Amino acid sequence: MLGHLIRLTAFAILFIAGNAHALGADEAKAIASGEADARIEALNKAVATADDKTAAFLQALSDDAVKVAGDHVLVIKDGKGYDPVSGAEVPVPDVFEDVMNNNRMRGELDSALAALKLFSKDEKTRIAAIKQLQSDADESKLPLIEKAFAAEQNAQIKEQLGLVRAAALLNSADKAKRLEAAQLLSTSTQANTKTVLLARLALETEPDVKSALQNTLRQVEASLAWGDRLGAIFSGISLGSILLLVALGLAITYGLMGVINMAHGELMMIGAYATYVVQGLFQKYLPGAFDWYLLAAVPVAFLASALMGAALERSVIRFLYGRPLETLLATWGISLMLQQLVRSFFGAQNVGVENPSWMSGGVQVLGNLSLPFNRLVIIGFAIFVLLAVAWLIGRTRLGLFVRGVTQNRPIAACMGVNTARIDTYAFALGSGIAGLAGCALSQVGNVGPDLGQGYIVDSFMVVVLGGVGQLAGTVYAAMGLGILNKFLEGWTGAVLAKIAVLVFIIVFIQKRPQGIFAMKGRSAEA
Amino acid sequence: MSTLVLPSKSPVLSGKGWSAFIAASILVCAVAPALNLLVPKDSLFHMSDYAVALVGKIMCYAICALAMDLIWGYTGILSLGHGVFFALGGYAMGMYLMRQIGTDGNYKSNLPDFMVFLDWKTLPWHWTLSDSFVATLFLVVAVPGLVAFVFGYFAFRSRIKGVYFSIITQAMTFAAMLLFFRNETGFGGNNGFTDFKRILAIPIATPGMRMTLFVLTGVTLLAFFLLARWLVNSKFGRVLQAVRDAETRVMFSGYNPIGYKLTIWTISAMMCGVAGALYVPQVGIINPSEMSPANSIEIAIWAAVGGRATLIGPIVGAFIVNGAKSWLTVAYPEFWLYFLGALFIGVTLFLPNGVVGLVKKLKGNKA
Repeated sequence: MLGHLIRLTAFAILFIAGNAHALGADEAKAIASGEADARIEALNKAVATADDKTAAFLQALSDDAVKVAGDHVLVIKDGKGYDPVSGAEVPVPDVFEDVMNNNRMRGELDSALAALKLFSKDEKTRIAAIKQLQSDADESKLPLIEKAFAAEQNAQIKEQLGLVRAAALLNSADKAKRLEAAQLLSTSTQANTKTVLLARLALETEPDVKSALQNTLRQVEASLAWGDRLGAIFSGISLGSILLLVALGLAITYGLMGVINMAHGELMMIGAYATYVVQGLFQKYLPGAFDWYLLAAVPVAFLASALMGAALERSVIRFLYGRPLETLLATWGISLMLQQLVRSFFGAQNVGVENPSWMSGGVQVLGNLSLPFNRLVIIGFAIFVLLAVAWLIGRTRLGLFVRGVTQNRPIAACMGVNTARIDTYAFALGSGIAGLAGCALSQVGNVGPDLGQGYIVDSFMVVVLGGVGQLAGTVYAAMGLGILNKFLEGWTGAVLAKIAVLVFIIVFIQKRPQGIFAMKGRSAEA
Repeated sequence: MSTLVLPSKSPVLSGKGWSAFIAASILVCAVAPALNLLVPKDSLFHMSDYAVALVGKIMCYAICALAMDLIWGYTGILSLGHGVFFALGGYAMGMYLMRQIGTDGNYKSNLPDFMVFLDWKTLPWHWTLSDSFVATLFLVVAVPGLVAFVFGYFAFRSRIKGVYFSIITQAMTFAAMLLFFRNETGFGGNNGFTDFKRILAIPIATPGMRMTLFVLTGVTLLAFFLLARWLVNSKFGRVLQAVRDAETRVMFSGYNPIGYKLTIWTISAMMCGVAGALYVPQVGIINPSEMSPANSIEIAIWAAVGGRATLIGPIVGAFIVNGAKSWLTVAYPEFWLYFLGALFIGVTLFLPNGVVGLVKKLKGNKA
């Protein structure tokens, strides 16, 4: 009810300026009763010269608050009757009829209201109104659109409005106007321009207008195709960055240490649940800083998974080094237990992890291409984690030890490296990165006990494809698979694309069993 | 002073082994049917229908575990995709059972219900042979065998080994599951096949039919056991074990391991296919979740629990794990995954030779 009042007041403010003529009692009656065709005609006539009362009346009509009693039309709100023309309170009659609006009438009402909203002070309302009108504008709204176009200050909205105007002109009875509209629309990058053009093309009878329309359609399709292509690349990179985060941890535990960790996905799940817990703590104790909970969740997720990884390495995995198949089975067992553990603590249902407000929304790049902030943040995060891991492995003392133990364990031990401890550290590091991946995933997908299961096959594919023991290979494989997957999706749909990618990998492994970047030298056969 | 001892050709089963085998056959073919069909329901010795269904199902699983043992225990190749072969056999049988429903489905159409639902007018091409029982028996073996042969040929030719092979078999079963989930594939999508009415025009839900399937499964299991026993004791089987222990040395000795690996891989897949075909009419449903990677890994744990590289071990393992499963999922559903997980870890850490290995060790200590 409050929203309703706000809307009514908003309309009252809208029409302070302007020399529109007032809503007449006859007009109100013509809109509210009679045959649908006649009502729509009356509606369009009233909209062309609308004022604030018309707007309020139409809103009431759309909210089913308008009643007819004999010859009178009145609006009933909160049990009181109002005269739509004067706005004065009138007694509610004993007998009245509801105004029935069929779907067509409702559509017309909605677009009339949208046309009126073009004058809203709020930019967002105007943009929403433009979006609605893009697909169902006709000539009757044209005077209003022209007026709004002239009054519009914001250049971006004005451009959009120009397109709406053109779309409305497209259905004009005047051939010259239609040609002009076809001309105007050729610069559009909106997906619904295509729909409007196609609809008109089906109705068009004049040959020269038809060819102009076809011309425009080609141009619009060409610019849309760019948006589609860039969109596929972007979602490919986005998927690739997630695969990269997931696979980076595996590149350490499997790629460097040779441990098949089937519980990797569950370590991610732990990271995601750690994020959920941090979110809960912030909601409870620091609601003011809620937007920044994610920054606190990143180290917590890392530590939670890393500690779990260290515990697993010390208690189970250490006894299975050099027996990869047994490691696979044991870690599968661990993954089952971790899943059940999470179910026991948090329940079998998915838990809700919210995006902080600075991660919602996106950048509009082209008419049909917008880049969501949460995806952009994850791409940046993946790059950050990648650089950190590369630095850690390539530049630090720990990294040196890890590489040394990987290449030649006995010699590393002879040099005084505590190989057992390095194993634990390396495994904890890989697990911690899995936790970071889980933290990132919590921002784009569901967080539930099955979170890890969906990624385990994919992440092994990335590592195997990239080549064991190679960070660069992992990066190329993750990005390549991500983009390949998204391009195929555009063609074949998600499931077939996934199958095609799996088959591709199986075939690829046949050709290059060592992955894209084969290790050269003795370690290749080990 | 060691002398080279050439392994003498051992018989398929020892004298004691044969008596145990015959006892098991009598148990399956005569005692169980008698206890279920002849002994009155309220008697202490009556075998309930639930028990028949459960043991029948577990015997199918035991065939899978046996097949897994041939490829993993004796050849050292861990497959994480045996669920596919099981499901393919099951689907081949399921197609026949769907056709046997005839016009008794919900839509009273000649086509299976899900096709009517999808508004298909004719049978897709891959259903051509589904009307014939003989063709179905052929498909049950041939389809998993062919898939395994093609997959194995390429994998073994590229010398994909160890964990790599395990991971791509997992990718295979995952891809197959996604494919079968689609309605367009023509296998009933998510729901798969169910609501079977009859087999060979005989109603499927009668006690007699259930017992027939039970006995058939038991006989198949025993026959496969003998086959596996014969295989691993033959020269062929010895080469397989040599491949497992030192593949490079086998190659340097002049053997080409591809043929050996491919043969046992295909046989193993066919056995799984037969298990699937026996499983479907007893359980009454087949759907793509049988192909989930988790199911395939479970087959490996049956073999591991019982004891790899012993043939009786996987059968024992399948009974232990699945018996525990059917008890725990009812009694303590939340503990089942803990138990299964602990089993995976415990067996790999402490029982590398499984239960059978443990029993042998205990016996050895006494003697």
